[in-house]
Amino acid sequence: MPRARWRIRVEGIVQGVGFRPAVWRYATALDLAGSVRNEGAAVLIDVEGETPALARLRALLEHSPPPRARIASIACEEAPPRGGDGFAIEPSADALVQRRVPPDMATCPDCLAEIRDPSARRSGYPFTNCTNCGPRYTIIADLPYDRVRTSMAAFAMCEDCRREYEDPSDRRFHAQPIACPRCGPALRFTGAGGEARGGEALARAVETLLAGRILAVKGLGGYHLACAAEDREAVARLRRRKGREAKPFAVMAPDLESAERLAELDPVARALLTGPERPIVLLPRKDGCGLPEDLAPGLRRIGLFLPYTPLHDLLCAGAGRPLVMTSGNLTDDPIARTEEDAARRLGGIADAFLEHDRPILRRCEDSVVAAGGGRSVMVRRARGYAPAPIAVRRAGRATILAVGGDLKNTFCLLAGPHAFVSPHLGELRHLAAFEQFRRDIADVEHLLGARPDAVACDLHPDYLAAAYAHERGLPVVRVQHHHAHIAACLAEHGEEGPAIGVAFDGLGMGPGGELWGGEFLVASLDGFRRAAHLAPLLLPGGEKAEREPWRVAIACLAAAAPEALDAWIEAEAGGRDAAGIKELLARDVNCVPVSSAGRLFDAVAAIAGVCLESSYEGEAAMRLEDLVRDDAPGPDYELPLDCASRPFRLRWEPLVAGVWEDRRRGVPAECIAARFHRGLAAAVCAVCARLRDDAGPPAVALSGGVFHNSVLTAMCVRLLEARGFRVLAHRDFPPGDGGISLGQALIADRKLAQ
Amino acid sequence: MNPDDVILLSHGAGGKLTARLIDSVFLPRYGNEILRRLGDGAVLPPLAGDPVMTTDAHVVSPRFFPGGDIGSLAVHGTVNDLLMCGAEPRWLSLAFVLEEGFPLGDLARICDSIGQAAAGAGVMVVTGDTKVVERGRGDGIYIAAAGIGERVRGLELGPRRARTGDAVLLSGPVGQHGVAVLGARRELAFTTPVTSDSRALVHEARALFAFGGALRTMHDPTRGGLATCLNEIARAGGVRIAIDEDAVPRDARVEQACELLGMDSLYMANEGKLVAVAAPESAAAMCAALRAAGAAEAACIGAVVEGSPLVAAASRTGGERILDVLTGDPLPRIC
Repeated sequence: MPRARWRIRVEGIVQGVGFRPAVWRYATALDLAGSVRNEGAAVLIDVEGETPALARLRALLEHSPPPRARIASIACEEAPPRGGDGFAIEPSADALVQRRVPPDMATCPDCLAEIRDPSARRSGYPFTNCTNCGPRYTIIADLPYDRVRTSMAAFAMCEDCRREYEDPSDRRFHAQPIACPRCGPALRFTGAGGEARGGEALARAVETLLAGRILAVKGLGGYHLACAAEDREAVARLRRRKGREAKPFAVMAPDLESAERLAELDPVARALLTGPERPIVLLPRKDGCGLPEDLAPGLRRIGLFLPYTPLHDLLCAGAGRPLVMTSGNLTDDPIARTEEDAARRLGGIADAFLEHDRPILRRCEDSVVAAGGGRSVMVRRARGYAPAPIAVRRAGRATILAVGGDLKNTFCLLAGPHAFVSPHLGELRHLAAFEQFRRDIADVEHLLGARPDAVACDLHPDYLAAAYAHERGLPVVRVQHHHAHIAACLAEHGEEGPAIGVAFDGLGMGPGGELWGGEFLVASLDGFRRAAHLAPLLLPGGEKAEREPWRVAIACLAAAAPEALDAWIEAEAGGRDAAGIKELLARDVNCVPVSSAGRLFDAVAAIAGVCLESSYEGEAAMRLEDLVRDDAPGPDYELPLDCASRPFRLRWEPLVAGVWEDRRRGVPAECIAARFHRGLAAAVCAVCARLRDDAGPPAVALSGGVFHNSVLTAMCVRLLEARGFRVLAHRDFPPGDGGISLGQALIADRKLAQ
Repeated sequence: MNPDDVILLSHGAGGKLTARLIDSVFLPRYGNEILRRLGDGAVLPPLAGDPVMTTDAHVVSPRFFPGGDIGSLAVHGTVNDLLMCGAEPRWLSLAFVLEEGFPLGDLARICDSIGQAAAGAGVMVVTGDTKVVERGRGDGIYIAAAGIGERVRGLELGPRRARTGDAVLLSGPVGQHGVAVLGARRELAFTTPVTSDSRALVHEARALFAFGGALRTMHDPTRGGLATCLNEIARAGGVRIAIDEDAVPRDARVEQACELLGMDSLYMANEGKLVAVAAPESAAAMCAALRAAGAAEAACIGAVVEGSPLVAAASRTGGERILDVLTGDPLPRIC
């Protein structure tokens, strides 16, 4: 039988996922000799034996890798055989090659079974994990990924754990965060009745929740605030104490079965709920599910997720009912990460604290994905997804740091053929978020051993991210906001363009300082041309109008149906300073023109009486979206395209007039919402068709925060595909500002390579 | 003077009409023994302390607004700049650029204001100049003012003196001047009209001078408001400033107007307020001294803290946010 020696290099997500033990098991079973080790971001296998066995090994790696591995490439090369026997796992070798930080993974079914098994060593142990699940990113201090460089360094393994750790056939072989009740982290409960530890801490925590009180929970990437989700009073109390008027609370259901009772699930939703990333999934609420309206006022959807650590599982199972599991913060600043921070900021909100002694080294929010109609779209990319890189086709070789936008910030480091996008960092205006932004950038550059050659940022001169970019002392590439959105969408699909980029959001700066937000850009990664856009509308009071849709309504009605303005004000806007707004418009004081699709949503929501003030970003638009009923009758509103000059302008005046007319006649809000969505989708399609006729490309990319709206997205996709377009929509990266850093990086790559 | 009289080009020619203007409009309203010599320049007596000089151009529109006009603004602004340097203000120069057709009645009113402001601040206008530009080239009146003061002995002021732990004091409510000017410019009928706070800060400044080294630095938050002023201190001093937004004195009428306008009073101009950085042990006493000097709402609004240079503002409801400098001006031609 011929023998050979192969050197195999496997790349992808192959570290922290039990890859080397799997290789050991396969090689040993196939009677092969050699070794396997980690090197940089890859796994290197040096293996020798009968040629068919070698081929079998390669096939097993490709087709049966460990459940959490994602193989990007397998490269084999022959080498001169040298004999020897036995197969060994060698320790990690430091390398200068690119490194990887694996994302955290939700508890695997095996570990879950163990913690529920009364006879298992780890029965009821909240810090159970293995090579296929558990904390990674949030506990890693430095690379290579080894226990000594994680926050588990302080916990010395007991004998039993050490034995499992060193046994290649064990699921916990080289599981860096390995722990058990004897040697690992422990729970601590602090509340009215005093302190408690271990199992009693959990029991007291459950008691707190069942008594309708509020519990702060130290989780994986930060703190949560929890209470019983079906307890109307507890939910109301949590709203009051958090100062959170209407923004929805995420709900954690104990298991999939209970989730089925709470929301409408389809296969895509089930896969998202049970996968290793375990995001919060936005789903249509089931009628009569017993959840109070107050959880998500004015919305049909709820954010649902399943427990993602054994601690959460034990808590939920102990309570035996769904729990509100919302971010441990005050008003959208970054969630608390340390005990001191939690005590300071959450002390006035929580009645009790459930904590533990495994430090959270990296703050990481829960991810949020919207699911519906067989599709899904990333809304907030964080725990479980970030910072896993995506492979991209490069034009140049520079290492580029793209700093993203100021709201829903993420940054992106483009190093070699990979783009590493940070988890969601939030609003940089929050001091804690900005400091984390700076720290995380420095950290990632260190972890990946990548120093940027250039920085990319938005055009907006007031963005804090842009100020940081200029302070780096590196060449800066400034990228237009909506161009970055479209580029991110193209990148997700591995494309370069050109495509007709439909970029709809609240606001982003145009190249001449104007404010854009309803754009049709014929774009590629190399550049863009503004082919059409929504005609501008005025925001009386500038930024203030972003939270007060009634202002936009007045401005739009004043332009589209001035004779109806006073009637609308009287009917809908009582108790507000409408006269003052009219004066601002008449005198043109701080009435900012913006071509904004996002604000158009706000105007419609306000005119229709659905929402006149947004207590959180996007509230008016979300409420409007949730009202849409597919079967509502038309006719839909029209947005005529004015082609008299370039770029073409999409006029909204007839639409606004139509909305008011319907409202005045008592047409139900569900119908108005449907006519608006359908009308807008039809307009999008018509504009794209016109642009294609005008020698435009046959592909359309949909991006910008407005496309978080799944209803609008689905309508646009359907109509465009029916018209023969190839449609690119976001799935893995947010259409909102969380995605622009990726777009900025790729655009900068092109620019610098020229 | 005939109410229809207007400025003619020859008023700026340096001849008969110029002399008549000086005699009939300027001297009666703010003349003094030095100015009356009408030399090409003013010979001034020696100063006991270090001379301090400042200059400002004034282009405010509209020129008359509730609480003041371009004349009083020019005097107060120049005097305040000198006070912020730790100097007792002494002498001012005023150069007018007038547009052909500018009403003499308005000029007289403005000069009245100048006279009153100068007398109130204890300073003399010692020299000046008048030029006239053709109709359409000048928007009425621009004033360039320069001032000379005398540094108070033992006072060493500047942002570099700020240290971690120092207190940040503010002499009164924010945003009055900016909102008043905007209201007047756009003829906005606010439900309750706002008056500019334009005034000379002589009493307040002198109250703080008495604290010597415990006074680290003083600034007046004019263009760009309190937020911009604090950022200047932070940048120049290389320090981080943390303020409590709920501790900043506010004027309810200003807040109401800003609410409607969609502006932030922290960024609206002030022309009669000062910001002082003080040694922590003297902060309370300095606040009391300010109040005794007439700044009834003076308060400690924050401190110099550890960290990279920036300004952070905390509020009960909003957490801690960064108060950055804006690139543009929310409101041009405010002073």
